[in-house]
Amino acid sequence: MAQTRLDRSEQVNGWAFVMPALVLLGIFMIYPIIWSLWMSFQVGRGANFSFGGLANIQRLANDALLIKALTNTCIFFFIQVPIMIVLALLFAVALNDPTLRFRGLFRTALFLPCVTSLIAYSSLFKSMFSADGIINQTLLTLHVIGTPIPWLSDPFWARVVIITAITWRWTGYNMIFYLAALQNVDKSIYEAARIDGVPAWARFTRITIPMLKPVILFTTILSTIGTLQLFDEVNNITQGGPGNATLTLSMYIYNLTFRMMPSFGYSATVSWVIVVIVAILSFIQFMIARDRRRAS
Amino acid sequence: MSFALLRRGGVYVFLSIATFLSVFPFYWMAVGATNQSPDIVRGKLGFGGNLLVNFQHLMTQVDLPRVFGNSFFIAVVSTLLTLIVSSLAGYGFEMFRSRIRERIFQLLLLLLSIPFAALMVPLFVMISRAQLNNTFTAVILPGIASIFIVFYFRQATKAFPRELRDAARVDGLKEWQIFLFVYMPTMRSTYAAATIIVFMNAWNNYLWPLIVLQTPDNKTITLVISTLTAAYTPDYGVILLATVLATAPTLVIFFVLQRQFVQGMLGAVK
Repeated sequence: MAQTRLDRSEQVNGWAFVMPALVLLGIFMIYPIIWSLWMSFQVGRGANFSFGGLANIQRLANDALLIKALTNTCIFFFIQVPIMIVLALLFAVALNDPTLRFRGLFRTALFLPCVTSLIAYSSLFKSMFSADGIINQTLLTLHVIGTPIPWLSDPFWARVVIITAITWRWTGYNMIFYLAALQNVDKSIYEAARIDGVPAWARFTRITIPMLKPVILFTTILSTIGTLQLFDEVNNITQGGPGNATLTLSMYIYNLTFRMMPSFGYSATVSWVIVVIVAILSFIQFMIARDRRRAS
Repeated sequence: MSFALLRRGGVYVFLSIATFLSVFPFYWMAVGATNQSPDIVRGKLGFGGNLLVNFQHLMTQVDLPRVFGNSFFIAVVSTLLTLIVSSLAGYGFEMFRSRIRERIFQLLLLLLSIPFAALMVPLFVMISRAQLNNTFTAVILPGIASIFIVFYFRQATKAFPRELRDAARVDGLKEWQIFLFVYMPTMRSTYAAATIIVFMNAWNNYLWPLIVLQTPDNKTITLVISTLTAAYTPDYGVILLATVLATAPTLVIFFVLQRQFVQGMLGAVK
């Protein structure tokens, strides 16, 4: 009897502690996701809906802008994320050497960009990459280029600017994760490899990278979400242009909802495209994680 | 030996270049705040004498105290509420185990990877129907229950000594008293780290305030910078001064609480 009363009090308390968060998440996360599924079958302007059946899904298939936004997001992901991860790994390995001087200074400096807000650094980069700005001036003075690069008005270079900006902002952030993980790697493994005459590069690819695989997977997941979220930078540096060359999924949804002829139903459909992408990626990650667990 | 030395040198050169590229934009921002826009666009690298003029221009375009007040109010209230709600939940999930709550927690982890873009349309309609448009409540409310922070607190709670709770129970404390008087003081450093992340995110938040806040009186500093940057002929002296002012609080927090800052960012993987 006393035992069951104790159990019940445990149950009541357990629910009491998690309830505020669950109620809020229910209202502001789960309900909107489910509601947007219903919304995605609605057509009409603004917040005036009527049922449209599969009209929105048909519209998806012929939506050139959506394809463009998807392609851009993929380009950013497949080019930017590997560059960033490799750089962050190199920094982390270099800084993990206890005999290196000025370690603290280097680490702080490389981490510093993470402190800036996305908008603040976007404005900074926009000013540095203006047509006759500091970047072009420097490159011209160093004779790297003969004529100024049209950074923000050329589709290719605009993407380069966005990729550079994101890499600047997030490399240090990823580096911190790798540094923390490297501190847990047993030093004697490296010692043994060195004695066996394994060259530095092979130690990096054969020991460091495999040891850091879980962290690399984790940061890749973070970057995937980050890339799907990409909005602040493109909205402020290029406004998605030129010619939609830097339009991202998040920005496209924003434009559909608030800028073009507002069509909430269709925006909800595009939002669900993201949900489906995330679900597929999560499933893949889940499979990878399970394989790893089985292998070990 | 000389090869090892050469490689050593290479590492220093590599790190020095990276450090330069990493820090240069900060220098550029500080220098720009003191220069006229045409000079900035032309790439002037030295400090100028235009700081006060830029400041005056900024003050005439923007009600600076008000905008900063808005940013601070939103960031502080968000941080307080998020920490309370999310730490309660993190504690609850870890200390009172049950099969249903464990399932719910796993579901939350799944939702963690849903990007905000997927929620913003229905959220906006909800806020409009509740007539909360253009209010700070609308900015703050949807972010209070943060799955990431709940997860963070649950991870940290694993290190909370259960003997402390048992001892407090024997002393006759109620569960909420244990949380308030035993758990919270013990977990000070976790709270410190979480405060930094949540405050930074709220201070820097852009997309949701952009959607919800419409009148100039209610804008935050991030929204103001974005508006200034989007001008047809942006005045970069004014913009860079505004970015200096907007970045200053987070920079100060970073340098004062560097250890907790990094700890907070790492929190989730421990």
